[in-house]
Amino acid sequence: MTNNTTMPRIKVDAVGKIFDSGTQAVQAIKHIDLDVHENEFVSIVGTSGCGKSTLLNMIGGLDEPTSGDILIDGVSVDGPGRNRGFVFQSYSLFEWMTVQGNIRFALEKSNFSKAEKDELVAHFVQAVGLSGFENSYPKQLSGGMRQRVAIARALVYKPSILLMDEPFGALDAQTRGMMQELLLKVWEDHKVTVLFVTHDVDEAIFLADRVVVLCSSPGLVKRTIDIELERPRNFDIVTTAQFGEYKRDIMADIREETLKVMAMEKHDER
Amino acid sequence: MQPKTTKAQIRKKPKSGLFRLREDIPSGLYSALGFIIPAVLIFLWWLVTYLGLVKPLFLPSPVAVLAEGWRQVTEGILFADASVSFYRITIGWLAATVVAVPIGILMGNFRIIEGSLGPLISTMRYMPVVALIPLSILWAGIGDAQKILILFLGTFFQQALMIMDNVKNIDMNLIRAGQTLGFSNSEILRRVILPAASPGIWDTFRITIGWTWTYLVVAELVAASDGLGRRIMDAQRYLATDTILFGTLFIGVLGLLTDYAFNKSGLRFFRWNSDKR
Repeated sequence: MTNNTTMPRIKVDAVGKIFDSGTQAVQAIKHIDLDVHENEFVSIVGTSGCGKSTLLNMIGGLDEPTSGDILIDGVSVDGPGRNRGFVFQSYSLFEWMTVQGNIRFALEKSNFSKAEKDELVAHFVQAVGLSGFENSYPKQLSGGMRQRVAIARALVYKPSILLMDEPFGALDAQTRGMMQELLLKVWEDHKVTVLFVTHDVDEAIFLADRVVVLCSSPGLVKRTIDIELERPRNFDIVTTAQFGEYKRDIMADIREETLKVMAMEKHDER
Repeated sequence: MQPKTTKAQIRKKPKSGLFRLREDIPSGLYSALGFIIPAVLIFLWWLVTYLGLVKPLFLPSPVAVLAEGWRQVTEGILFADASVSFYRITIGWLAATVVAVPIGILMGNFRIIEGSLGPLISTMRYMPVVALIPLSILWAGIGDAQKILILFLGTFFQQALMIMDNVKNIDMNLIRAGQTLGFSNSEILRRVILPAASPGIWDTFRITIGWTWTYLVVAELVAASDGLGRRIMDAQRYLATDTILFGTLFIGVLGLLTDYAFNKSGLRFFRWNSDKR
């Protein structure tokens, strides 16, 4: 899948991030190097406070690194751009617009003709399984359906990268499973590079070509694991021995990190 | 179709009671209580005056108050008073709103503006408006402009701060979504922040126009010849307590109606809003 001779789609180059409020400086990310290739699906996992959302925000251009650089197709990131779509944990839909309206809003800055836009909206409504709900308002939809609107909205304008920040974190377990399968299908049908932040290890493995485990405070890459599970995947895969091995490895890493944080907190108390 | 009720289901039914924390009560009862409580109070009021426990000068009977109201209706005073007061309230509130909305929105979005105006407005809102009456006369004369200025001062500062909060309360990720979709700051302001904050702002309108009503008497305290507030102040001179009570209650009713109108229209305008109040 990955082709290392070409330029990576996303290059995170020695990035560090310090949040400085003037009275207090907190190091969120110490040093992260990461290459994500075209159409690759990469999950980032780690304990809370490991800087995984911060990293995603910086790639999305919603935040700036303090040191290092982030390159998209070789160009340094300078603010948000339409080559990247973003899906947040809070559904962040425009509640005063219908399902269709939300998706169409994303196309406003595109150069498609009206007919093309109609077609794209219709296509993505269907792709995320919301046919029949085009004219519903977000208020009338369940959490899973809202997040499907958000996914359609983030993909409809054809960005080459989809950034997802714990998108299914607020959903119940059953809905989450369905959404993961739906996401994989959408990803396979519309090739796009995905960077997916989660704290759910099963989710990270199930979806990704590669799982990046971050160290907690401050952010560093602890380990990268290639997930060599066959595609297309369905949910049966989580019960396989291979899946279990990946999970055991990653859980061990995360557990180690969590213990480290707890020890540090204890030290601080003293 | 109703499923058959078994014994087990009956036992599982939650305990009914009117004093469960935050639990709903029958809606008929809820609405009825809103009438029953005032009715009981009016009855007690009537009883106290009927039995002669209080002199009419201190507390006129409900009948006397109603009779006073009827007198004002038939003499055409009530309608004239109400329309002039309603006009002042509308203009005073609108003037405050027209300034408070942009200032509140800017304060809610730009820290630099919040930092510049926040402390000033927060101080000004504690300012006793009554104390400013002499100055307001010097500045605005003794006509309607002075009344409107008082209503403006009583409304504006609170309103600006509340609108700032309405704007700040919207989900930051809505703004970020707008940014990732390639919209400019001003587009996000108009097309994301403003609609997202509008149900909250409308609610602020509802609350602040109530405050404008409460400032009516203060506004008509000096140099007014008409208005609901003026009528009350005049009555004070002749110890016409029935006029005072009628006027006060009438203002209350008008305030309630305004509140109701804002509430209902808000529910209509913002049907898409998922926040339940």
